[in-house]
Amino acid sequence: MSELTDLTLSECISGLQGGDFSSLELVRAYLQRIERLDNSLHAYLCVLAEQALAQAKDADRRLSSWRKEQEAPPPLMGVPLAVKDVLCVEGAPTTCGSRILENFTPPFTATAVERLQKAGAIVLGKTNTDEFAMGSSTENSAYGLTRNPWDPQRVPGGSSGGSAAAVAARLAPAALGTDTGGSVRQPASFCGVTGLKPTYGSVSRYGLVAFGSSLDVVGVLAHDARDAALVFQHMAGRDPLDATSVERNLTPSDLTRAPFPEREGELRGLRIGVPREYFIPGLQAEVEQAVRAALALFESLGAELVEVNLPHTEYALPVYYLVAPAEASANLARFDGIRYGPRLPADELWQVYRRTRGQKFGPEVKRRIMLGTYALSAGYYDAYYGQAQKVRTLIRQDFERAFQQVDVIAAPVTPNTAFVIGEHSDDPLSMYLEDIFTIPANLAGIPGLAFPVGFDQQGLPVGMQLMGPHFREDLLLGAAGVYQQATDWHRRTPPDGRSG
Amino acid sequence: MGVRQDYEAVIGLEVHAELQTESKMFCACPVVDSTVAAPNIAVCPVCAGMPGVLPVVNRRAVELALRVALALECEIAPLSVFARKNYFYPDLPKGYQISQYEQPLARNGGLTIFVSTGEKRVRIRRVHLEEDTGKLTHVEKNGQSYSLVDLNRAGVPLLEIVTEPDLHTPEEVRAYAMALRSLLRYVGANSGDMQKGVMRIEPNVSVRPAGSAELGTRTEIKNLNSFRALERSVDYEIRRQSELLRQGQRVVQQTLGWDEARGVTVAQRSKEEAHDYRYFPEPDLPPLVLDPAWVEQIRRDLPELPAARYRRFQQQHGLSAYNAEVLVAERPVADYFEAALAARPELPPKQLANWITGELFGWMNTYNQSIDEIKVAPAALAELVGMVVSGEINQNTAKSVLAEMLESGKSAAQVVKEKGLRQVSDQAQIEAWVEQVLADNPTQVESYLSGKETVAQWLFGQVMRLGRGQANPQVVQQALQRKLLAIKQSHTR
Ligand SMILES: [Zn+2]
Repeated sequence: MSELTDLTLSECISGLQGGDFSSLELVRAYLQRIERLDNSLHAYLCVLAEQALAQAKDADRRLSSWRKEQEAPPPLMGVPLAVKDVLCVEGAPTTCGSRILENFTPPFTATAVERLQKAGAIVLGKTNTDEFAMGSSTENSAYGLTRNPWDPQRVPGGSSGGSAAAVAARLAPAALGTDTGGSVRQPASFCGVTGLKPTYGSVSRYGLVAFGSSLDVVGVLAHDARDAALVFQHMAGRDPLDATSVERNLTPSDLTRAPFPEREGELRGLRIGVPREYFIPGLQAEVEQAVRAALALFESLGAELVEVNLPHTEYALPVYYLVAPAEASANLARFDGIRYGPRLPADELWQVYRRTRGQKFGPEVKRRIMLGTYALSAGYYDAYYGQAQKVRTLIRQDFERAFQQVDVIAAPVTPNTAFVIGEHSDDPLSMYLEDIFTIPANLAGIPGLAFPVGFDQQGLPVGMQLMGPHFREDLLLGAAGVYQQATDWHRRTPPDGRSG
Repeated sequence: MGVRQDYEAVIGLEVHAELQTESKMFCACPVVDSTVAAPNIAVCPVCAGMPGVLPVVNRRAVELALRVALALECEIAPLSVFARKNYFYPDLPKGYQISQYEQPLARNGGLTIFVSTGEKRVRIRRVHLEEDTGKLTHVEKNGQSYSLVDLNRAGVPLLEIVTEPDLHTPEEVRAYAMALRSLLRYVGANSGDMQKGVMRIEPNVSVRPAGSAELGTRTEIKNLNSFRALERSVDYEIRRQSELLRQGQRVVQQTLGWDEARGVTVAQRSKEEAHDYRYFPEPDLPPLVLDPAWVEQIRRDLPELPAARYRRFQQQHGLSAYNAEVLVAERPVADYFEAALAARPELPPKQLANWITGELFGWMNTYNQSIDEIKVAPAALAELVGMVVSGEINQNTAKSVLAEMLESGKSAAQVVKEKGLRQVSDQAQIEAWVEQVLADNPTQVESYLSGKETVAQWLFGQVMRLGRGQANPQVVQQALQRKLLAIKQSHTR
């Protein structure tokens, strides 16, 4: 048997339920591997070793009693998962990668995490993130950057870089991320893992520390589409604590089957839209080649490629950088040093705010708060925020029109493969361009799935994304599942992974 | 007084009324009386603005808001939108208040008020839902001053009710505020407990030369929570602004506070320092879409409202404007009156009303009891008034009987029987008392005969005293008149 940490989530589950190994062994294997590799990788901000071991023992007891009774245990019983540090876990520090939440421990658990725990999952630890999920490289974490397991000189992407790196380096079988403008899909692409951004509202945001409330969604980073579906299925659905959440009655077969199951694994009849606006000058040649090759494979599996237009794509980036910072400027107002987090004392109230926020927020967060505050200011609102909302509607309508023609849309995830640490540090605008292909799905609220489709000449993973109509994660996961049966890109592991 | 003739005031009112719900606007915390509860006992992660929490709308708050909006004859928006109002203050946990801005719950209503010049409809511009803030207490300890934050009130549902600038005098302003308070209590939306700050009033005041169509520069007086402060501050502000204009000076647009002790308005901040609240739609809450059937149900279930009842009490029961007004002001009082009348439909409504607004109110004020707390049920009062009308007891006796009833909870008949207070209407008995009084007071009789007719009133009092107040005054009056006339005639003869 290969190492436990090489198993997919589904393999972990069948191994645990079949009694091939215990949850304690599995959790220990991950903790040991984290111990060995994470000093240099820094995927985790905090490892919850004690709690995880205790929960694993408990899970083993329950698994064995279920085996005796010949009953099915909760589906994720004993399976460890990593959680991005913008999701609250009761009793565990939740920093959002920011000094302003240093030592903050929430008194409640995010609904998404709680549902997975109810299904039996064990939280291994909290993973690194750009401060308040603002960034595309995880370099904006106040607690140090995370390295890309495929090349330690490169970034893992962001903001869910810690979760993507953890899954790629086999430091967790799957991890939760969040996606506001590509923060699950872009690091998935950079790290060669599968990343699902569900439909907005599919997963409760309760306990997710808000960045852009109308865009944020909890997503999954996993080894393959099947694992992503498994995690998604157990955390999705309406939550009375989130008024924007919607009911999803998902069963595993909904999500992991091929889009047209009667055709037995083939994709015949699946119409894949290829938007010309996503194949633009500046797209790295190897990325385009890998995506085109994947499209050709989809075609050979029976899918039909259809060129589509998404004419307002070029406005997605400016719209996003008005909407997201505007919402963030209000969302981050609560970090005032009054009720929790550090407070820098001063003689006057406004000086308390100024000193605390001035010193404890990082530069990117402050930049976005200022952008958002400006966009909402009296006299500018109509020109910026108001206008952005109107264009956002046009972008959504682009997708609605396209989905009358096609079932899913395929596109590159990012213009480039993982970049070198520090490459964009002095130029925030060039960093913002990293999200150019992922942002439209957030603005439209539609689901997106990134998965590996090849490697560039430097051995860095290349990703592709599928986007689908609202609530049609099944189409994306099903199509990617068929693709992954025909390919092994998703099975490749970074050099450390093999030798470790 | 000259001031009022040269200049006309234009006044609009913003009222913030807490909605009487069990739980807060966006979380499950109970609503507690924040003037007495221990600090921060009704607080959860949501209303404390912890990272990651989300608001969920309290349906009951929406229902109460709709009751008020419908009672104010507003157009109800089938879709309204919550918005964030952004500013920093330690009593505002999230750094923004969830309110409604561009698309409020209701618009274009009106409230009828009754003032000395007659009836008047004050237009309501908008009614919207929002959440209250917490409360700061500034303390001094060991030479250090600091502030304590109590979040019990943070997130309590608030209704903001904004008028058009339709009011022109302190009297109208007061009448509007009182009518609104009464209406809020009628529909069960607010306790009307002004001292507890559940209803806070913010008038905006401007003056202009009488007859002018243009509006002057306005000032806003913040956070008044008594009718007296409201009336006084508006009166002060009208005089202050008129005086400025008369001296050729400008009114500065600003926010004012009211200094109750000194009786003056005090500048808080000017327009230049005004907040930019950066309102934008609240992304955590979908638009509030109302089921028209639900709205209709609420409309149908509204009680008769104060203005309609006020008119009906005058038309149907022939009450004076004064009696109608004071009876109608509180729904339980009006209900009490109608219940009493229903128990004895033959009673003159006016007389019944007088007993309630006179004796009963006197008792309630003295003992600080509400009409729901007193021991005399409506039917019991009606019985008492019935005994007066039939002549069984007289007015004065009835007052002491009522006092006993209020004290002990006994019925009027019981008290009268126990104390032997039944009125004496017996002709022979009363004539005997009259004769005795006349015999005992020859000097007074003499002076009556010499033309001092007022002495008759004094003699009447003596007879009543002799009868220990139980003599039927009408019978006494008649008997006395007859005797005196007889003496007069025998004298002249
Ligand atoms: Zn609460």
